[in-house]
Amino acid sequence: MAEEFLRIENLVKAFGGNTVVKQVNLAFDRGEFITLLGPSGCGKTTILRMIAGFERPTSGSIHVEGKDISPLPPNQRKIGMVFQAYALFPNMNVEDNVGFGLRIANVPVDERRARVDEMLKLIGLPGYGKRFPFEMSGGQQQRVALARALAPKPRMLLLDEPLSALDAKIRVSLRQEIRAIQRDLGITTIFVTHDQEEALSISDRIVVLSAGNVEQFGTPFEVYNKPATRFVAGFVGQLNTLSGTVTDPATRAVAIDGQNVTLPNLPSNAKTGDHVSLTMRPEAIQLANGHVRDVVLDGTVSEVSFLGSVIRLKVNLGQNAIHLDTFNDQHTPPPAHDEKVQITLSGSDILVLGE
Amino acid sequence: MRRGRLWAWIVFILGAAYFLLPLIATIQFSLSIRRGTLSLDAYTNVLQSPDFQQTLVYSFLVGIGAIVVGLLLVVPAAYFVRLRAPQLRPIIEFVTLLPLIIPPIILVFGYIRMYSSSSILPLTNSNIGTNILLTLAYVALALPYMYRAVDTGLRTIDVQTLTEAANILGANTITIMARVIFPNIIVAVLSGAFLTLAIVIGEFTIASLLNRPAFGVYMQNVGANRAFEPAALAVISFVITWAAMGMIQLLARFAPRTAALTD
Repeated sequence: MAEEFLRIENLVKAFGGNTVVKQVNLAFDRGEFITLLGPSGCGKTTILRMIAGFERPTSGSIHVEGKDISPLPPNQRKIGMVFQAYALFPNMNVEDNVGFGLRIANVPVDERRARVDEMLKLIGLPGYGKRFPFEMSGGQQQRVALARALAPKPRMLLLDEPLSALDAKIRVSLRQEIRAIQRDLGITTIFVTHDQEEALSISDRIVVLSAGNVEQFGTPFEVYNKPATRFVAGFVGQLNTLSGTVTDPATRAVAIDGQNVTLPNLPSNAKTGDHVSLTMRPEAIQLANGHVRDVVLDGTVSEVSFLGSVIRLKVNLGQNAIHLDTFNDQHTPPPAHDEKVQITLSGSDILVLGE
Repeated sequence: MRRGRLWAWIVFILGAAYFLLPLIATIQFSLSIRRGTLSLDAYTNVLQSPDFQQTLVYSFLVGIGAIVVGLLLVVPAAYFVRLRAPQLRPIIEFVTLLPLIIPPIILVFGYIRMYSSSSILPLTNSNIGTNILLTLAYVALALPYMYRAVDTGLRTIDVQTLTEAANILGANTITIMARVIFPNIIVAVLSGAFLTLAIVIGEFTIASLLNRPAFGVYMQNVGANRAFEPAALAVISFVITWAAMGMIQLLARFAPRTAALTD
């Protein structure tokens, strides 16, 4: 059974009259890679900064290994942190940057050097010890920042949007490296990002935040496939939202632009004439091509975007339009603009949200 | 295009003449102590004068004292204003500008009134006390330059993130200031220090009214009683100032750089 490492209880943070974190309760296990995901201003960085000790909670507490760390200053929390802006000390070379925490802890010189070498190997930059930050690329600097944070063997690692300042290619490779290093060391890690693809690709569990509230806390699979709220459904991944009207609650029938479909997920309290929002992922929908599933809709192709391995189509159903992704088949050309098509999906892939 | 270039040259030559002609005239005059020939006698007289050496050393020492006290006061103050109380910046800036508004003669009379023999802290009763008073007066006088220099230095680095990065690695405030902040603003600090030194070396009013053997007082005495030596002294002062500016430029090359290479 997983061992609880960090517990956040009733955490509130207000700046003046503006409450940015509202009664947050979370518990993370030892060795987990947790991502705090949300748009700007959702409170994710504030939570991270309260864990680090840079912000004092207005109320609530943070417990690490069962002990309340809220009263401790940052330099006594034994936490490593990587910042968005690298924050390497410009006056020090790589060796001194990585060894800074060890020096503060009065680690003997020989031991310090050995640990610095070990860290530089870990991040794939052996031999870079004498370089200064300005002589390195952004990606290299961020790796050094990671090594610096890990060198004093912290009990937890905080990553505050560490990839945001890097270009797309480096971002993807570095996030994989960070994840590999985290798995190697088994260190509990909290990662802050607004990029849902990043969050889905490297996390054990994701905390989705909006306006200071936790919207959902779960695995990437759960967050993507079973969004708990309308916000999560819209924020994580692409989503189609269609408007429908309940025509017969007994048979769970809903009309979408005059076409009747049966929805197994229709709430039991739905009444005839209720307006409902139906959400579904683009990849859950297919062109029928003779193989129909339990929901079938007729429409007209209004957009065709060829994306290489995937073709993204927009199909108009009337008032509603639906996006779907279909794999590129070298032997079958994609539907043409204005072509009449039939689309199909499984009723269980449709999430019904009240208006 | 060609016409524009011609005008640029004309403006440049006129500007250079405006600054260089008085200097050339001063140098030429300082070399004319002997009739009909150029001579370095005025410089020899000045440099060999025991008063010159003593007052220069005195002013230099007071200047160093003012720099040390000024830095101990300004660096932590500017750092905390940037980090914790940015809303206080306009007030601090106004306070640091006061020495430019208040004439030194008012300042020194204020000091004499506050620290004379009849006061609680009679600094003017002893030489050491008066030297301390002079040093502190120079700290106040150099405050606008020192604060601005240090503040400009702090602006070139991300003070908050660097502080937090060092803090989370276990460093306390003093360690952060000594090992992270100070080394990264050293060039700005030095330029503030050299400006302070330049002010102290030439200052007359406060030193004279506190009756201190400072270089400014010596220059004024020489100027009042000699003909060619003041010109030689002026040239020597220029050389000292240029050397100080040159040092700032030289040290700027060794300043820690912050920009990263592009990926």
